[in-house]
Amino acid sequence: MDLKQMYREIVNEHNLHPSHKHDTENPSVVLRGVNPSCGDDIFLQLKIEDGIITDGSYVGSGCAISQASADMMLDLVIGQSEDEARRLADVFLRMIKGEASGEEIESLDEAAALENVSKMPARVK
Amino acid sequence: MNDFIKDFPAFDDRRYIYFDNAATTQRPRCVTEAIEEFYRSKNANPLRGLYEWSIKATDAYENAREKAAKFIGAEKACQIVFTRNATESINLVAYTYGEENIGAGDEIAVCASEHHSNILPWQRLANKKGAKLVWLEVGADGAIPESEYAKIGEKTKLVAVAQVSNVLGQPKPIKKICETAHKFGAVVMVDAAQSVPHMRVDVKELDADFLAFSGHKILGPMGIGVLYGKENLLLSMPPFLRGGEMIEYVTRESATFAELPHKFEAGTVNAADAAGLDAALDYAQSIGFDYIESQDKKLTALLMDGMSKIPHIEIYGSKNPDEHCGIVTFNVEGCHPHDVSSILDTDKICVRAGHHCAQPLMQSMGVPMGSTCRASLYFYNTEEEIYRFCEKLAKVREELGYGS
Repeated sequence: MDLKQMYREIVNEHNLHPSHKHDTENPSVVLRGVNPSCGDDIFLQLKIEDGIITDGSYVGSGCAISQASADMMLDLVIGQSEDEARRLADVFLRMIKGEASGEEIESLDEAAALENVSKMPARVK
Repeated sequence: MNDFIKDFPAFDDRRYIYFDNAATTQRPRCVTEAIEEFYRSKNANPLRGLYEWSIKATDAYENAREKAAKFIGAEKACQIVFTRNATESINLVAYTYGEENIGAGDEIAVCASEHHSNILPWQRLANKKGAKLVWLEVGADGAIPESEYAKIGEKTKLVAVAQVSNVLGQPKPIKKICETAHKFGAVVMVDAAQSVPHMRVDVKELDADFLAFSGHKILGPMGIGVLYGKENLLLSMPPFLRGGEMIEYVTRESATFAELPHKFEAGTVNAADAAGLDAALDYAQSIGFDYIESQDKKLTALLMDGMSKIPHIEIYGSKNPDEHCGIVTFNVEGCHPHDVSSILDTDKICVRAGHHCAQPLMQSMGVPMGSTCRASLYFYNTEEEIYRFCEKLAKVREELGYGS
């Protein structure tokens, strides 16, 4: 998938029409992710009950790829255990550095489409 | 096409449009040949050996110094100190002149549009010494309003200003700034990294106290930069780095230092890249600043005109293309500059995206997410490239999901 195709087929939709970009009521954790070099500033809000992520959302700003990845990540982790969410995050990070196996990447579902980012080292921070 | 393109091996591949000249220029073949020639025919440690090769190496290095001095109108070659780049040149001044002459309660006036390289050395010095940074604000066009000059006064010890902003391209009235600073006995550190490649710079006419530029932004190699200083100031300053080559006499307890400029050039020097810079300055001179400036103006006008016809593009800085030195900073509404640059990259167009090492300026400009895109031109760019760039830029918003 070339880059323009990645934007067209996956990134733009999540960036312009995100499902999870809003506040979560009474979140269990709020995590801030800032990347001063590109101006990304995202607050991730998760509701965790008995070790399961029952709800989550994000607010903030950043490039289309960062916004879309936050949205896709929430698609992926809501309903999962904390441990599974950590595993998926680890796979994702290794994928964008070009270090994850094909099987692992498949477990990322739609987020696997961001594999191409591994060919854009300047965008991996 | 133009005749210069054949001088630049990087342009053999005509699919690429290189619009990031404010970051670094491309190098003509004569520059890489000069470096190769140095290593082939005179590779020995300069300034040391007493044999033929070392003497040739020394000559190559010192000839480059003469060339750099003439290029910016310095009276003597010893007023040229070779550094790695403009950043190191400015740090040298901060760590030597600054440490000796700036103290508690003193003020350092810094222009708000500066590159981090002309901010951070002064910020560190001010924090260490209890001196104060005073900001000379700039208007939306990048110019310093007349009222800001009143901030330069009795307490001012140094004024740090770039002759041309790397974001807005607006040339600053350096001569006037020097006159104002000198009235109060302050010195002026001119960052000329963006001006030296684009305009004739004469340090004596400007009456600049210190002036810095990088070789790689004016067709030369990376890793060689220049610091010019007034002789009396350079003489009064302590050495920056200490070690080989910069001494006169050393005992177990103490040392005396070499004469100018070697006092500031500790360790084996970058003679090969100095030879490359020599060739680069020759090449720039052969093109001539009349041509470079006319080409800057013509191409920038064409670029700004083309971009202004594309909806949802905001161009920053002066409306007058003549006040941009080939630099056009912009945003595409609703699109993050990094996405814009990545999309253009798929069309083999190289533009910069981000904060351009000028975060305080980005903050005062209030640009979305603190970043912008920047297209920066040089004389070898062509009208055809500008048409192609505008054509591709017009499609970026659609590629990012808007209005499709």
